[in-house]
Amino acid sequence: MRRVVITGAGTVNALAVGVPATMAAMAEGRCGIGPIDIADVDRLSIRIGAQVAGWDAGARFDRQKLTLYDRFTQFTLVAAAEAVAQSGLSFDGPLSQASGCIFGTAAGGMTTWDENYRAVYAEAKNRVHPFVVPKLMASAAASHVSMAWGLKGPVYTVSTACASSNHAMGLAFQTIRSGQAKVMLTGGAEAMLTFGGIKAWEGLRVMSPDGCRPFSADRNGMVMGEGAAVFVFEDYDHARARGADILAEVAGFGMTSDAGDIVAPSVDGAARAIAAALRDAGLSADDVGYVNAHGTGTAANDRVEAAALRQVLGDIPVPVSSTKAMHGHVIGGTGAIELLACLMALRDGVIAPNLGCSAPDPDCPLDIVSLAARRAKVGAVLSNAFAFGGLNAVLALRQA
Amino acid sequence: MTLPDRVIAILAEQAVLDPSDLTPEARLSDLGLDSLGLVEAIFAIEEAFDISVPFNANEPDAGQFDLTSVASVIAAVEQLVAQKAA
Repeated sequence: MRRVVITGAGTVNALAVGVPATMAAMAEGRCGIGPIDIADVDRLSIRIGAQVAGWDAGARFDRQKLTLYDRFTQFTLVAAAEAVAQSGLSFDGPLSQASGCIFGTAAGGMTTWDENYRAVYAEAKNRVHPFVVPKLMASAAASHVSMAWGLKGPVYTVSTACASSNHAMGLAFQTIRSGQAKVMLTGGAEAMLTFGGIKAWEGLRVMSPDGCRPFSADRNGMVMGEGAAVFVFEDYDHARARGADILAEVAGFGMTSDAGDIVAPSVDGAARAIAAALRDAGLSADDVGYVNAHGTGTAANDRVEAAALRQVLGDIPVPVSSTKAMHGHVIGGTGAIELLACLMALRDGVIAPNLGCSAPDPDCPLDIVSLAARRAKVGAVLSNAFAFGGLNAVLALRQA
Repeated sequence: MTLPDRVIAILAEQAVLDPSDLTPEARLSDLGLDSLGLVEAIFAIEEAFDISVPFNANEPDAGQFDLTSVASVIAAVEQLVAQKAA
């Protein structure tokens, strides 16, 4: 089996556009959550989120392209451009057919659905733009990235709710490891901060009206974010041969299903995914120097996740943080954005803080890196994603 | 139907019980309502009475809306309906 490394990263999220500025924000513990600015916000009971503020799509894309780019596609393309530039790759010649992309998203072109439903239902218009379908399809971002860089190998989108981008990255890893591709762009995106998107989430009664405080005794729910992160996964030998700067090695991937409840998580399913990732990576529990938790800030997730981590990692105090208190829960794109915190831990020895956890919940007995970043030498990390529907996906990375 | 009867009918439907099985003293936790059933019951109450019930599944005991028993839910709904009328 081939080894797989990361040679490029890019992002758009509420903290910043770009990886260096995002990592700087994570290291200083900045919170990207605030009042959201969307249509009809006065009819929502949840009015906060981690929104990408001041996003000027018109300045980034020409008008003809924009008629085809939903907000989640825009985020993906900008993140992909940064990742590809960092990798130094160009996909000319044979590499084009040996490269592809796999992205995760839960809802796809939600902004397009929302705007056009508003037009036909609320505003009684009888006509919508001719490109609504290709704009809203969940695979649109993958197709546009494929076209933009000439990626002619495996290209598709996976949708597993809040685990989407972890599943996507795990599959991209397996695609290279098995020799089906040399280079895969991967990650995920979500742009669900729309009136309809938030209204739907409000219904579940799991959103916090005032902030995201994962693992804290006073937490009261999740806060939604938006954005994208894209990584260049590359065959290790290919990267070495061209002298690429290797950011980290993708060491293993574990995925399981609870086969239990459509919303309630299970300790067993989460623990089996964590254990599977370690086993796949050939790592033992005491190799792990940091866990980026799924840590949604809901009562259900945090206790189950804490129990699963204890079950697999034992009583070894592994530093854990959920970075969702900074960039929000980016749903299908969240695992990709959280992988940036993993890269920062491995590369810079800086563990991003778990903001808002001023008084840890005694039922979550973990070494929470709360309030401020922590310096540590980290050789290997885990990144958890546990989705509605009981779909679990955990990535293991190690220093290259 | 009176307000208490309507609330009881909603809770009974979610708990898959006959309304006559629900006494005012019955505790919601004993009715077999799971978290989704509870959220659905609250939604049905909001729709039936055109009110907004303050409820966060992360802190169900936060005290804004007393979900202890059938009687406490009826009282809380009566209060919200009265507030709406005021």
